Amino acid sequence: MSWILTADAIDGLARGAAVLGTGGGGDPYIGALLARRAVDTHGPVTVIGLDELPDDALVLTVAMMGAPTVMVEKLPSLDEVVAPVRALGASLGRAVTHVACAEIGGVNSTIPVAAAAALGLPLLDADGMGRAFPELQMVLPTLYDVTASPLAFGDEKGNVGVLNTVDNHWTERIARVACVEMGCSIMISGFPMDGNIARVALVDGSLSHCVAIGAGLVEARAEKTDPVARVVEILRGREFFAGKVVDVERATTTGFARGRATIDGTDGSLTLSFQNEHLMAESDGEVLVTTPDLIIVLDHESGEPITTEGLRYGQRVRVVAAPSDPRWHAPEALAMVGPGYFGYETASRRFDGTREPVL
Amino acid sequence: MHIGIDVGGTNTDAVLMDGRQTLAGVKNATTPDVTSGIVQAIEGLRTGHSFDGSDISAVMIGTTHFINALVQAKRLAPTAALRLGLPATKALPPLVDWPETLTTAISARSYLAHGGYEFDGRPISPLDADELRGIAADMAANGVRSVAISSVFSPVNHDLETTAAGIVAEILGPDVAISLSHEIGRIGLLERENATIINAALRELASEIVDGLTSAVRAQGITAPIFLSQNDGTLMDEDYVRLYPVATFASGPTNSMRGAALTSGLETCAVVDIGGTTADIGLLVNGFPRETANEVKVAGVRTNFRMPDVLSIGIGGGSVVDLDTGEVGPESVGYRLTTEALVFGGSTLTATDIAVAAGRADVGDPTRVAHLDPVFVTRVLDRIAERVAEAVDRMRTSPEPIPVVAVGGGSILLPDELPLFGAVHRPENYAVANAIGASIAQVGGEIDKVYAVRPGGRDETVAGVRAEAVDKAIAAGATPGSVSIVDFDEVPIPYLPGNATRIRVKAVGDLDMAVSS
Repeated sequence: MSWILTADAIDGLARGAAVLGTGGGGDPYIGALLARRAVDTHGPVTVIGLDELPDDALVLTVAMMGAPTVMVEKLPSLDEVVAPVRALGASLGRAVTHVACAEIGGVNSTIPVAAAAALGLPLLDADGMGRAFPELQMVLPTLYDVTASPLAFGDEKGNVGVLNTVDNHWTERIARVACVEMGCSIMISGFPMDGNIARVALVDGSLSHCVAIGAGLVEARAEKTDPVARVVEILRGREFFAGKVVDVERATTTGFARGRATIDGTDGSLTLSFQNEHLMAESDGEVLVTTPDLIIVLDHESGEPITTEGLRYGQRVRVVAAPSDPRWHAPEALAMVGPGYFGYETASRRFDGTREPVL
Repeated sequence: MHIGIDVGGTNTDAVLMDGRQTLAGVKNATTPDVTSGIVQAIEGLRTGHSFDGSDISAVMIGTTHFINALVQAKRLAPTAALRLGLPATKALPPLVDWPETLTTAISARSYLAHGGYEFDGRPISPLDADELRGIAADMAANGVRSVAISSVFSPVNHDLETTAAGIVAEILGPDVAISLSHEIGRIGLLERENATIINAALRELASEIVDGLTSAVRAQGITAPIFLSQNDGTLMDEDYVRLYPVATFASGPTNSMRGAALTSGLETCAVVDIGGTTADIGLLVNGFPRETANEVKVAGVRTNFRMPDVLSIGIGGGSVVDLDTGEVGPESVGYRLTTEALVFGGSTLTATDIAVAAGRADVGDPTRVAHLDPVFVTRVLDRIAERVAEAVDRMRTSPEPIPVVAVGGGSILLPDELPLFGAVHRPENYAVANAIGASIAQVGGEIDKVYAVRPGGRDETVAGVRAEAVDKAIAAGATPGSVSIVDFDEVPIPYLPGNATRIRVKAVGDLDMAVSS
């Protein structure tokens, strides 16, 4: 079913994206502002469901690559959002028909809205992760042998490149180098898919899901009901801990905001390990939940999501776990985004505390 | 001797100080015009403790004039915002997301030009002098009287802002004020630029107010220098105020907190200011308020200048008490307390009624609350204490114990011992605490920039930044030997190569009154 995304829905989308960003993804303000400006200038965006996607469609993902801190200083121009999509279409010799989000967390859920508005293309009600992850190849299409390449990238100066690489690993390496040279905040477009592949490889309905989370938070507060309970209900997850942040250790190594936060509650203490996103929750030496399921930290009262950068001593928080797309639990997917990949020596644990079935 | 004056929204407090001793204090209603309020305050002090104009070595003034002018959108100059950064930043030009009433009030004009830097200091594009001259001519043609210049990554390198200011000034002449973003805010272009535009819009008013304050003080035979309180509790001289009026914005809560701390003899403490509707909790560290790490909205505009971090919870003397649950607030009878509270003959059970029933306060008619169940009264007061303690605990940054100072009319709601924190300090002479806060004579220098720290070079970089902050404090008028670093913060920036690190250092010293007078 298709629907129209107006400027009014963008704040809800950005708030929902901050929840699904599981602590990472940067400040959603600039992305939301960019999307709102694009919609104001070019008109609202048509969002279409995967069921309506024609077989011969050409779908591209759009995302920002680089440092969110740079993006709040060197603000984007719409040209650099649009240019990589056009360049990739030209390189493929076909008209791009649809734009999609690579991830539904942080700024990368609002940038594709700006792209769709400026290009006059429909946006898919879908994304490549159903959450946020830090690396380019960490998308479900990878499991369907869809590669990031050919991938186009562009900067605000008008520089555009199209990469044709042998694998995602090389795409990531080369794009990162270009990204730094171009000022550490670039727009990328890639993962070209036709309708048949996109329908099976993407997470269906994630944009409306995201808007529903943001809207639910605001509504619950207006109705004076518990916003955290509302988020849990929409996510079909569970609240598994509540308490006070008593310690946050950070170390920025290899470009990621890595660290651990300790939360004291009435039933003991919880340790969260994060690398941009929250990746593992432990209590008394026992692992409770890990990536790829979602670990979300919300303000105790308002239910507003708290980023890993925003965690501070004394905050009263509630911690929610929610299921990720079931395909993330296949062995080859766990090898890509499970706890082991991020350097945590543990088997993955589902949001409800169960172990992954050993296959 | 020196004089401290705090011009608040409602009251103007003034104190005559000898060192840290209060010789006289007065409180008057704030007057609509600057001059008569100051005259009234100084004459009041003379009545309390006579002095000659020549006995005064400095006059420190805290004022809400500037933030009020912005909130009311009155007396603002026609202002232009010029950003250097093309071809970047085009999608979100200056003044994006401003409320329309305010852009109208400043007859705002927005310009984008080439320039700006990358995160590592490489230029995005060179300045185009002709482009800037064209923009300046357009500003002149449209009656612009104040200009805000921002540049991408000016906290890393501010050369282009300075150069562009020179080019624009050549066309606009000396009567048009120019404010530069790197002198006002930190990383976060839109927020820094917004703060700079607000500053620009206030520049004409700043000159007017400084002239008014100066002539009022001079008319009293006082020739000593005049200083204004900044958001962070340090002072700025009158020339600085003319350039950076925006730095006075949060001096009200800051002076109140600092005054509370000083009158209690504490330097590091939590201050709980309980009024009619809310309890406002702030933290003082070495005499200075802890500042917010987040964006602050002022008059609907998102900015990132440093404001004291204040947490408000809905507990005050007028808070309505739920008879069933014993919960307090956030609903409050506010200023109608003296007619609506039970002890004043009203029909609403308020927190003040509970305090009277418990014998903590002696206001109104206690017989009107004699029927309240003592168990219920205790439960309500315990709950208030628990919530305030929890809020103080939220504000502190570590589990280290910290003394709590309670001020304001609603502080009768607090027990003598607060859970987690122990004894509650209640300063005497609090009525003029804001003026005492204003009179604390300290000046500071702050550096907040992004540095590329080379491997093994961290200590050298940090030492350089610390020295720079100390020099800045001395340049602001601090006695060299008295300067110390009061705040240091070092945050690596994720996803950036080359160990890009944001370093923030604040140095503060005692005002050298001998030199300044």
